Amino acid sequence: MLALEQFRDSTRAWLEENCPPSMRTPMVPEEIVWGGRDAVFINPESKLWLDRMAEKGWTCPTWPAEYGGGGLSSEEAKILAEELARFNARIALTSFGISMLGPVLLEYGTHEQKMEHIPKIIRGEIRWCQGYSEPGSGSDLASLGTKAILEGDEYVVNGSKVWTSYADKADWIFCLVRTDFEVPKHSGISFLLFDMKSEGVSTKPIQLISGSSPFCETFFDDVRVPAANLMGRLNEGWSIAKRLLQHERTMISGFGLASGQGDRGGTTSTTASLEGAAMHYRGDKDRLTDPALRDQIAQFKIDSEAFALTSQRSSEESKQGGPNATSSMLKYYGCELNKRRYELFLKAMGSKGLGWGGDEFEAEELQVTREWLRSKANSIEGGTAEVQLNIVAKRVLGLPDMLSLASKK
Amino acid sequence: MAMVLSEDQQLLRDSARSFCQDNAPISVMRHLRDEKSELGYDEAIWQQMIELGWPGMAIAEKYGGFEFGYTGLGLVLEETGRTLASSPLIASVLLGASLLTEAGNEEQKSQLLPQIVNGELRLAVGVDEGPHHNPSRVACTAIKQGAEYVLTGEKSFVLDGHIADKLVVAARTSGEPGSENGISLFLLEAGCQGLQIQRTQMVDSRNAANLVLDQVRISEDSLLGSEGAGFTALDAALDIARIGVASEMLGSVQEVFQRIVEYLKQREQFGVQIGAFQALQHRAAEMYSEIELCKSAVLGALRCLDDPSATAKDRARMASVAKAKLSEVSERVSNEGIQMHGGIGMTDEFDIGFFLKRARVAQQFLGDASFHRDRYATLHNF
Repeated sequence: MLALEQFRDSTRAWLEENCPPSMRTPMVPEEIVWGGRDAVFINPESKLWLDRMAEKGWTCPTWPAEYGGGGLSSEEAKILAEELARFNARIALTSFGISMLGPVLLEYGTHEQKMEHIPKIIRGEIRWCQGYSEPGSGSDLASLGTKAILEGDEYVVNGSKVWTSYADKADWIFCLVRTDFEVPKHSGISFLLFDMKSEGVSTKPIQLISGSSPFCETFFDDVRVPAANLMGRLNEGWSIAKRLLQHERTMISGFGLASGQGDRGGTTSTTASLEGAAMHYRGDKDRLTDPALRDQIAQFKIDSEAFALTSQRSSEESKQGGPNATSSMLKYYGCELNKRRYELFLKAMGSKGLGWGGDEFEAEELQVTREWLRSKANSIEGGTAEVQLNIVAKRVLGLPDMLSLASKK
Repeated sequence: MAMVLSEDQQLLRDSARSFCQDNAPISVMRHLRDEKSELGYDEAIWQQMIELGWPGMAIAEKYGGFEFGYTGLGLVLEETGRTLASSPLIASVLLGASLLTEAGNEEQKSQLLPQIVNGELRLAVGVDEGPHHNPSRVACTAIKQGAEYVLTGEKSFVLDGHIADKLVVAARTSGEPGSENGISLFLLEAGCQGLQIQRTQMVDSRNAANLVLDQVRISEDSLLGSEGAGFTALDAALDIARIGVASEMLGSVQEVFQRIVEYLKQREQFGVQIGAFQALQHRAAEMYSEIELCKSAVLGALRCLDDPSATAKDRARMASVAKAKLSEVSERVSNEGIQMHGGIGMTDEFDIGFFLKRARVAQQFLGDASFHRDRYATLHNF
């Protein structure tokens, strides 16, 4: 206990000294730090903050110190998170290397692979993207057809991926490829890591209904990848792929968590909380005058509280704090909650929540509209709501699988 | 506030579970229903619960209790919910003892609480006067005459009202119905003159009663707390009871869901187990998700009751979170309990219908989902 309290004191002192002033203010979307070779720091203090945090390994607090991580116990990491929250500190580095690849690389990678990639993830030097979905392989991900053929000490990769988040900005890709076409679909998949600068890689952004383009189509045309970049064993990539999906779901389920006090979090504006927005746009003073909306907002907030407690319970129950069988439930519920949140914002704001551009709307109002549209992807990306429910039904509840029953007949 | 149980709490839950499964299974409830038991619970089982220390679980040691906290009492109630085991735990302990603790003076507490712990005293609490829970809408009057109060009015849905030894009744010493000011609490003997108690036969086969108070004269010593200022203590005790009832509902909901999942694996139609049909799988998976939220809401609320730094407002908020969520989900799950069992679920011979009946009574008791959403919104100033 004493050691933990000392850790808290020294952490607080370090943050007091090292967290730059502007990093103690609410994050603005343009200043989110994703890292990478071509990282642009609009705010120079973002770079300073990243470097200081990375130096301590605190961008990945519980990863082994051997590879540059913080080496903290889960208790210490909790204290660090609490102290960061005390300072209202921004997240120093956001990346798929941290939330998705890193954990499975630590679990399945060779020592050489870890030495090569983990420190660069921690320092934000390399930005990763995820090569999973293909045009014909969405929910049935294991049917993927991008092929990798071993020629000498290189794999030659041909095919295409879709919904590759930020592929146009990423430096490296972790990619599912088919290395055996003669076996059942789950048994011929391998997990490859390669540089997006490799010859034969090209990307094309996809514009979404929200107007933004976070996703890309990614094409591989005779891309040559060193055989040493295979992670895990040949043709055993599916188990790594599924493990990584658990981490992805845990990350996405966080969309369901309201940050800070408000329902959109981090701001003190009229659209910070649902009830605040509803009363503001109706001109209500003490009490929300639309009883149906009031009931729906209360129900949403009650579910949000219960969901936040469930996330907490889930991470405390799984001793390592890693993802477990409930990650599908959390992903499903968190995404449904987030979609409900934005539908309620639209109801709360009336026509003010439906602007597309121009001076008649506040920037923040326009942002809510775009966020509402973007939220529709939540129950599709990282495995659809329906796929999550299938996983819960089969893996958690142990209900029979119709597809395997049918194939036995 | 940890969201996992301590080792002691896990042991308590396990022993409560085996006690209920072995000694108070659902067949006991069926038997009580069939023989139209006047008591509404099994006296021998209640005596065993007393021996296990359940009534004293959350009561302070100086009043003869065991100070195991509300989390402990909640875990026990959850297990009674799994087998629909009725007992005076809700009326006498959860409501009665909590109200004594919140409102009583030292003398009242040191005299009465030990009697609740050892089972000598069964309490009932009369608050509501209409078909809906509304603790501030007290119209029953108490008029001071010398050293006495004269109580006149009616009370409805008083759990264990007709078997209690003493009753606590909320009556108005000033103000209008709907006002939180002017409500006072009185401790009555069950046999006092002018008090008529009529048992109501409820769909869940448990005990409830209507009271008619016709010029009931009681000594001013029977006042619990100070005159006109009873609402704060009443609402605090109601919050404890709301969370306790949510715990009981959590047990019932989990039991129904477990029975559903077992049936989906066992029942075959069209040559396959019906659990292979996606239409049923997804409904089951959605229920599972909702029940996971229920577990967290109840545990979070119990933790709040045991947290000395929590304020009355924190408790009120968490009580409404838990009772609103459990009321909503228990409606859904109890309905699916019937639907997913098909025709057999409609038969009296099959137990699942008992859970449906109990669910609706528990939903209404101390406020249904819309009551608590309204209260939650008010607590959040909107």
